[in-house]
Amino acid sequence: MTAKDKVGAVMVVGGGISGMQSSLDLAESGFKVYLVDNKPTIGGAMAQLDKTFPTNDCSMCIMAPKLVEVGRHENIEIVTNADVSSVDGDVGNFTVTLTKNPRRVDEELCTGCGICSLKCPVEAIDMYNEGLMARAAIYVDYPQAVPLKFHIDKERCIGCGICEGECPAGAILYDQTEEIMKVNVGPIILSPGFDEFDPTPLREYGYGQYPNVVSSIEFERMLSASGPFRGVVMRPSDGKVPEKVAFIQCVGSRDEHIGHNYCSSVCCMHAIKEAMIAQEHTPGLSSHIFFMDIRAFGKEFDDYVTRAQDEFGIGITRANRVADIAQDPNTKDLHLRYHEGGDIKYERFNLVVLSVGLHAPRTAKDLSAAFGIELNKYNFVDTKTFAPLETNVPGIYASGAFSGPKDIPTTVAEASGVAAKAAADIHDARNTLLSDVQLPPERDVLGEEPRIGVFVCHCGINIGGVVDVPDVVEYAATLPNVVFSDANLYTCSQDTQERIREMVEEHDLNRIIVASCTPRTHEPLFRNTVREAGLNPYLFEMANIRDQCSWVHMHEPEAATLKSKELVRMAVAKARLLEPLEKASIPVTPRALVIGGGVSGMTAALDIADQGFTTYLVEREKKLGGIARRLYSTIRGDNVKAEVEQMAIRVKEHPNIELFLGAEVDYIDGTVGNFLTMLKGQTQAIEHGVVIIATGGVEYEPDEYLYGKDERVVTQLQFEEELAKTKAKDLPSTAVFIQCVGCRNEERPYCSRVCCGSTVKQALLLKGKCPEAEVFVLYRDLRTYAFKEDAYREAAEAGVIFIRFAKDMEPKVSKGRSKDGPLEVIIYEELLEENIMIDADRIILAAAILPPEGNERLAQLLKLPLSKDRFFLEAHMKLRPLDFATDGVFLAGLAHSPKYIDESMAQASGAAARAVTILSRDTLLAEGVISVIDADMCTGCGTCIELCPYNAIERTEDDKAQVIDVLCKGCGICAASCPERAIDIRGFTSEQIIAQMSSVMNGGGM
Amino acid sequence: MTKDKFEPRIIGYLCNWCSYAGADLAGVSRFQYPTNIRVIRMMCSGRLDPVVILETFIRGADGVMVGGCHIGDCHYMDGNHHAQRKIWLTHAIMKRAGFDPARLRLEWISASEGDRFAEVVSDLTDQLTKMGPSPLKGEKPDPEVLERIRAAQRVVEDFRIRALISKEYKLTTEGNVYGEVLEEDYIKDTILEAMDAEYTRNQILMETTDKAMSVKEIASAIDVPSPAVLNHVVRLRQKNLLTLASIDETTPKYKAMGGGM
Repeated sequence: MTAKDKVGAVMVVGGGISGMQSSLDLAESGFKVYLVDNKPTIGGAMAQLDKTFPTNDCSMCIMAPKLVEVGRHENIEIVTNADVSSVDGDVGNFTVTLTKNPRRVDEELCTGCGICSLKCPVEAIDMYNEGLMARAAIYVDYPQAVPLKFHIDKERCIGCGICEGECPAGAILYDQTEEIMKVNVGPIILSPGFDEFDPTPLREYGYGQYPNVVSSIEFERMLSASGPFRGVVMRPSDGKVPEKVAFIQCVGSRDEHIGHNYCSSVCCMHAIKEAMIAQEHTPGLSSHIFFMDIRAFGKEFDDYVTRAQDEFGIGITRANRVADIAQDPNTKDLHLRYHEGGDIKYERFNLVVLSVGLHAPRTAKDLSAAFGIELNKYNFVDTKTFAPLETNVPGIYASGAFSGPKDIPTTVAEASGVAAKAAADIHDARNTLLSDVQLPPERDVLGEEPRIGVFVCHCGINIGGVVDVPDVVEYAATLPNVVFSDANLYTCSQDTQERIREMVEEHDLNRIIVASCTPRTHEPLFRNTVREAGLNPYLFEMANIRDQCSWVHMHEPEAATLKSKELVRMAVAKARLLEPLEKASIPVTPRALVIGGGVSGMTAALDIADQGFTTYLVEREKKLGGIARRLYSTIRGDNVKAEVEQMAIRVKEHPNIELFLGAEVDYIDGTVGNFLTMLKGQTQAIEHGVVIIATGGVEYEPDEYLYGKDERVVTQLQFEEELAKTKAKDLPSTAVFIQCVGCRNEERPYCSRVCCGSTVKQALLLKGKCPEAEVFVLYRDLRTYAFKEDAYREAAEAGVIFIRFAKDMEPKVSKGRSKDGPLEVIIYEELLEENIMIDADRIILAAAILPPEGNERLAQLLKLPLSKDRFFLEAHMKLRPLDFATDGVFLAGLAHSPKYIDESMAQASGAAARAVTILSRDTLLAEGVISVIDADMCTGCGTCIELCPYNAIERTEDDKAQVIDVLCKGCGICAASCPERAIDIRGFTSEQIIAQMSSVMNGGGM
Repeated sequence: MTKDKFEPRIIGYLCNWCSYAGADLAGVSRFQYPTNIRVIRMMCSGRLDPVVILETFIRGADGVMVGGCHIGDCHYMDGNHHAQRKIWLTHAIMKRAGFDPARLRLEWISASEGDRFAEVVSDLTDQLTKMGPSPLKGEKPDPEVLERIRAAQRVVEDFRIRALISKEYKLTTEGNVYGEVLEEDYIKDTILEAMDAEYTRNQILMETTDKAMSVKEIASAIDVPSPAVLNHVVRLRQKNLLTLASIDETTPKYKAMGGGM
C-alpha cells in the first residue's frame, strides 16, 4: 500500500476511559477519530464508580473534564448506539460497517433539557444504578453524560406520545429506524471494556435470593452521592443502615470450577476502597474483608492496605474462599462460614458485598468474528508479551480490560499506547482529514466603550417555567453598558448561534453575556460563537440561571427571578472589565529525548521514530536492554534475550533514532516544546521538544537470609541465569523461594509486583527440567494477578509447595547442621500450626526492585517530583499515569514503579503517544486564562516560583518572577499568595472578582 | 418571603472543578435550597485572596462560603491546601478584629455531591439568619467595626503575613532551606504572633492618621497594654511609618506618616 491510500482517521470501538484517552491522544496528534459505543452515551464503567483507589478521588470529578473534552473536540466524532457489523480492507485502510440503532431522539435537535424525562409516565429499571432505582422510559444515564442526548428505551416505552408533545425542540423521532453507516478509517482500536460477573449461579452465596447480598458494583452505586441512597449505605431488605459489612473476594475469579481461573486484578483494591468509603459515609459501620490473597501489587497499593487497617480499622481475614452464606429469615442478617487456620468459623453480618470478577465483554465473540481477532480461552484478546497492544490482525489494536482485567491507570497507559501504534500506521496521513474552520479576523476592541449584548435563555421551560425571562431581559437592558438584550427558546441551538452573530454585527456588540446554564459544559460552545462573530472568545461571560436559579428554587418563582437578575448584574459587572486574551504561541522542536535504553526506553524511542520524528536515545551503559538483559524467559515462555536483542537491532538501524551509548545527561534546560540538553563529555547540545524518562530500576542486594555469606543463597536474577545455563543434573534438588525480600517492610513498604510471577515461572522451569526436585515457595500474598494465576495453579499441580507466612513470621535461614550439608529453613506453617524445617540446596530470594541512583539528580534537573519510595511521581495516579505536572515530560516503565515487560512496553508506547501530541504541532498555544506578574511590583522573593504546581514561573536575569505562558494553567494560587500582590489572573482578575461581588452588595455599585 | 424577615446575603466563591460542579449537580438533581447565595466561579479555591474575602465583608455580605475540592482531589494538585491555610488565616484575623469568624465557611464539595451543596447552603443560610445581619450591612455600616475590618484587611495585604502563610504548606510538608520539616503548631504560632502584631500596628496607624497621640492614649483607644503599644511604636518608627510629632511636656505624641504599611 502506498502512503496515498492510507486514511488519516482512526476508529475507536468502546467509549470508556480507554477509548476516550485513545481518542484524545489521536485527535490531539492530527487524526480524525470515530469513537463508537454501543450504548447511548460514552463513559463506560468508570462513570459508575463513586471513588477510585488508591487516592479516593471522586471518579466523576476526575472523569467529567475528559468527557467534556471528548464531547467538544473538533476532531472526534462520537457514534453512539452503534454495533460493528463487518470490516473490509487492510492495515491503514479499513472500511467498517456500523449498525446505528435508533435513539428515537434527534441528536441534532435534542438540547438535553430533560423535560421529556420529567413528563414520561412510564418507569423503567435504571441499569446505570444497577437496578437499584427507577428512571423514565426516555432517559440519559447520568447528568454529565456525553453526548447529553436523551434516548427512548423501546422495551419500556408505551408510545403514549407525551414526550413528543412536551419536547420544545421537536426532537422526538418515534419512527427512527436502524441506520447503516460505512466509515473509512486507517487503524482500528478495540476497547470495549469488560462485563462484571453475574454471581447468581453461585448458589452458596445466595445472590438474588438474599436481599442483603449485593455485588461490588451495586455497592459502588450505593456509596455514590448521586446513587439511589445518596451515599448512605442502606440494606436493600429494610433500608436500615448496616453495622457490619462483609466483603467476599474472588467471586467469579480464581475459580476453576466455573472456568474462570484467572484473577480479576482489581477487586482486592476495589473492596478496600469500598470498605473505606462506606466507613467514611457511615459512622459506626465496621467492615471486614475476606481475601484469598491481598493482591495490592500496584504503585503505593500496600500503603493503602496499611491505611485501611490502621486508620480505618478494617478487618482482614486471609482464608481460603468463604464457604457459604446462610440468611437469618427474621433479621435478614447473613452468616458466613469460612476457614481460619485449621478451624471452621462462623460470623454474622448485616450486609455482604460480593467482589465480582471482571469478565470479557459479552460482545467479545461478535467483535472477534467481525474483526477476525483471536481471543484466549477466557474470551479476552490474546496479546503477546512483546506486542502487548497488538491483536493478531495488523492494524487492529486492543486496549484496556479487553486484553485482560486491569485497573484504570494501566488501562489509560495502554489507551495512549494503542494511540501510538495506530498513529504509526498512518503517520503519513496526519492532518489530512481535519475539519478546516475558516474564522473571520478578530476585531480589535481595545479602547472601545463596552457594548454588551445579553441573551437570556428559556431552556424550553427549564428556566422559563420558573424564572420570568422577559422580566430578566428587560432588567438587563437597564444595566450599564448593555445595549442589547433578548430572550431565546434555546440559546445553544444552531439558529440562536446564528442570531448572536447577527446581533453582534447589527448592534456593534463587543461583549456577550449568555444567561442560561453552566459554563462548565456550554462556555466552549458560546466562546466559539463569539469568535465566529469576529470577537475575541474571552469577551464572553455566563450567568448560570438554570442550575443556580430555576432548578433549585422551583417553588419560589419571584425569588428565583430576582436572583437571576442579580446573576445577570454580576455578569455585566464582570463583562465591563473583560479584555481580549491572547494565547501565546511558541514553536515546537519536533524531536524527542528518551533517557534510558532499556525495554521501555527503546519502545518509546521506536514508537516516536516510527511516526517520523527524530529521537535521541541516551543510555548510561554501553549496551541497550537495561535490566531485561538479565532475563531469559517470561511466564508465558517468551525468549527474552532474543526479543530484546531484536529490539536493540531495530533501534540501532532506525533512521530516525540517534543513539548515545555510555552517555549521561549533564543538564537540561528549557520548557515544553524547546528543551536544550547537554550530555556529559559532549560539546554539542541536543535540542528537543519533549523528554521521556525511562530510567528503569535495579535489583536490591539483600543482606537477609545469608545472602553474600553463602553462595547457595541467590537472587531471582542470579537464578534466572543459572536456570538458563545449567544442565538439569546440576540444578538444585531442593529449592526454596523466599518472597518479599527487601520490600513490603518498614523501609520499603511497596510491593515489587513482578517477583511472585517470576518465582512461579522459575519454579515451573525447575520442575520441568528436574521433575524430582522439591520446590517450596514461601510467600506473604501470592500476587499472580490476571492470567498469571494459571501458572500458579499449574505450579501447585506440578507439586510446588506454597507456604504462606505472616509479616512478623519470616522464615529463618541457617547454615545447617553439618559443614557441607544443606541449608536449613524454618518456617511456621499456619494450617499445621507448627514450625516445619526444610533442607535446601538453593535459596532464591525475590529481591525488591529499587529505583536507580540518579533519579534524584534527574528529578532536580527537570524539577520533577519523586514518590516517597523514590520512583518518579506522575501528574495524576489515575488519569495521567504517564505525564508529569510539568508539561512536555513523560515517564514509562520501572521509573514509574515496578512492573512486567509487557506493562512497561505498553506504558512506553503510551508515553510516546503523549509526546507526539506535542511533537506533531508546529506551535504550542498557551491557555488564555493565565497568570501575569507586574514586574514593577515584583521584588523577587520567589514565593510564587516555589508554590506553582506546574513550574510555570521562572526567575529572570534581573531577579524578577516571570510566568512561562505555555506552562501556566491559570489556577491562581500564585496570585492569592504573592506577598507583594504583584500577580493577577487574566480572566479572573481581582478587579473583576470584586466588581462581580460588589455589584450585588451595599449600594450595588457598578 | 415577608418584608420584615432578615434574608442574609451570601457570596459563594466556588472552584470550577468540584464545588461549582456540585452546585450544577444540585441543579440537575433539583435539590432545593434557599435563594440567598450568589455564586462567583473561580478556577481553584487556591485563587481566593483573603483580601478579597474581607472586601466582601466590607461591602456588606452577611456570609461568605468558599467551596473547593476535597483534600487530595484538587485539579491543580494542592490548591485546596493553600485555600485551607488562607481561610485559617482569615478566620484568625476576623477573630482578632472582633468580627464573627462563623460568617466565613470553607467547605469541600465534590462534583458528585449535589445534595451536600444544597445542604451546606441551607445550613449556612439558617445559621446566618440566626446570627442576624452583619454590622457592615446596609447604608450605615458600624464605623467602628468597619475600621477594625479595614485594619484586618491591611494585615492580609502585608508582605510579611502573606509570605508566611504562603510558605506554611511547604515548610510543614517538604521542609525549609535547611531540610527541616517544621511543626505545624510552631509555624502557626509564628503566623498568629505576626498577625497580632501587624494588626495592632495597623490600628495604631489608623488611630494616629488624623491626630498625634501618646502611647497611653493609643493604648486606651485600641485596648492594648501600654508596654506592648510602646514596642509597636518603636518598630513602626524604625520602619518610618510613624513619626514623633511633638512632646507635650514629658509626653511624646506620635502621628502616622501616611500611606499604608
